[in-house]
Amino acid sequence: MRVEGIPASPGYAEGPLFDLDQPPASYKAKASTEEEQAALMSAIGKAVGRLAALIETADGDAAGILEFHIAMLEDDALSGPALVAIGSGQPADAAWRTALDSEIAGYEASDQDYFRARAADLRDIRDQVLRALNEEGEVAAPPGAILYGEDIAPTRFLETDWSEGGGIALKSGSTASHVAMLARSRGVPMVVGLGAPAAPTMGDALLDAEHGAIIFSPSPAETEAFRQSASAFADRLGAAKTFLTAPAVTKAGTAVRVQVNIAYPSDVEGIDVETCDGVGLMRTEFLFGKTLPDEETQYHAYCKVLEWAGGKPVTIRTVDAGGDKPVPGFTVEETNPFLGLRGIRLSLARLDIFRVQIRALLRAAIHGNLRVMFPMIATPDEYAQAAALFAEERAALAARGVTHKLPPLGIMVEVPSVALAPEDFADVAFFSIGSNDLTQYVMAAARDNAAVAHLNSVRQPAVLRLVAAVAAFGLEKGIPVSLCGDAGGDPATIPALLEAGLRDLSVAPAQLAMAKAAIADAAV
Amino acid sequence: MSASAEATVLITHAVGLHARPSVKFTKLAKTFAAEVEVAVAANGPWFDAKSIVKVMAAKAPKGTLLHIRAKGDGASKAVAALVDLVQRDFDEDADHARSA
Repeated sequence: MRVEGIPASPGYAEGPLFDLDQPPASYKAKASTEEEQAALMSAIGKAVGRLAALIETADGDAAGILEFHIAMLEDDALSGPALVAIGSGQPADAAWRTALDSEIAGYEASDQDYFRARAADLRDIRDQVLRALNEEGEVAAPPGAILYGEDIAPTRFLETDWSEGGGIALKSGSTASHVAMLARSRGVPMVVGLGAPAAPTMGDALLDAEHGAIIFSPSPAETEAFRQSASAFADRLGAAKTFLTAPAVTKAGTAVRVQVNIAYPSDVEGIDVETCDGVGLMRTEFLFGKTLPDEETQYHAYCKVLEWAGGKPVTIRTVDAGGDKPVPGFTVEETNPFLGLRGIRLSLARLDIFRVQIRALLRAAIHGNLRVMFPMIATPDEYAQAAALFAEERAALAARGVTHKLPPLGIMVEVPSVALAPEDFADVAFFSIGSNDLTQYVMAAARDNAAVAHLNSVRQPAVLRLVAAVAAFGLEKGIPVSLCGDAGGDPATIPALLEAGLRDLSVAPAQLAMAKAAIADAAV
Repeated sequence: MSASAEATVLITHAVGLHARPSVKFTKLAKTFAAEVEVAVAANGPWFDAKSIVKVMAAKAPKGTLLHIRAKGDGASKAVAALVDLVQRDFDEDADHARSA
């Protein structure tokens, strides 16, 4: 039985299904009260992490509720009574259940509908933590399995052993989710949007994440055809690998710089620096997880990547929170977050947080070839304000005698206003086209909505025209232009990007080889 | 320095100090060093304004005269900011307006 979905990370996987939606195992009691208390706190932390990941894909109302759940879970007043009960000998699960049931009873006793209805939220909170407490006894997915279910939490992805293959098949999910991004960078095959097929949740399956499909209980003929496609794909990937170590050059002899996009400082550990021309985009919002990172944490994260790169350029983007990337305690709740206070808008509204990042960047700059860019710039004034803050913090560091360096400051081209009037930004050090956002804003098609996925393509003529205009402007004024969206790593789109005049692409590490191979095949 | 401040403010938001307003209220309270408390009656009981569990437990519906008091550094600033948030209806109107 073949079910079609949307490819989120290319590749093939053949293996046993692992049911992501199976009911949780039961709680295993610990040896001491200290361990019981630690188990409860870690389960609460786990539940908070999951909710924070869920907020990514939630809209305004749902995100507001999740934020309320997180705030409740993070409040010591909620865990306090349970910790006391554990201290007097109760196991963590019973103590938590009793403590929450008493809170729930308080809400149920309210004479107002609204507060009575909050009992449901409290039950939800209670069950989230119980689930996290219970799943210690849960079985991990066997190596090589196809993880199949409604959706998958980033933590589940990170906890899974992908060394022997395997893949992800989701009934809902999104190609723009964190897990999809992680899957692409690790080369794990992933298909989303399979709907709700009446399919088995056990037995063997074939995952074709090149075309976007899963085959349940395959026939021998289906298996044979699948293996042929998989081996053809592996051959192409293998052939591409031969391009990996050499600089990228087109058939016509045009040199193209190929850099990598990274999200976590640890991402560089799996990349040979010789295979790329630097880091074209280091995201920093993931450093901003549950808590806002302090200056030292940021400084060390930036230094790690700069030192790995040697003298090659590393372009770090200042925090691009908001939109589909909320950060508790930083981003605001909005009806339409993609058009709201995100990227540089949020940073300029929260100078206390922005200045910390600026100081960390100024100090890290002496450890390599750093460039810094601002996300979501829409007007020259925003760039001027951000640049002025760098100047101010630089002066303050100099006054304190702290070693530092002012890196070149550039901007992301993702708001159409910049792509339409690049001449207003002639004083920036470089442009980096964020094709994911530029496309969604030009085409008015949300990047996380499968229903409008056909509109969400960089190859739409209007988007390509803007890309070409920015490339031409950069060439004329001597301002470097690169592209760091997903399109840069897509072999089918690369020829069009080169045609548009780009000579500098930044791609997910797992796409490096295929991107270089596609460049070698281009006629430009 | 042992500054202290106290004020009352009428909750005009449709369902009162409920989930989302409480998130905003406690987040704002936490930005101040001062000890901040709320009550739904002048003689208490007083709830820690930085704890969402406690603030929700106050179950303050629309029309409640909310009492806010603070003690310590920036006490009057804290009270003024929280009163302002309640008077702005927790900025909830804008959040609920749906555009085309």
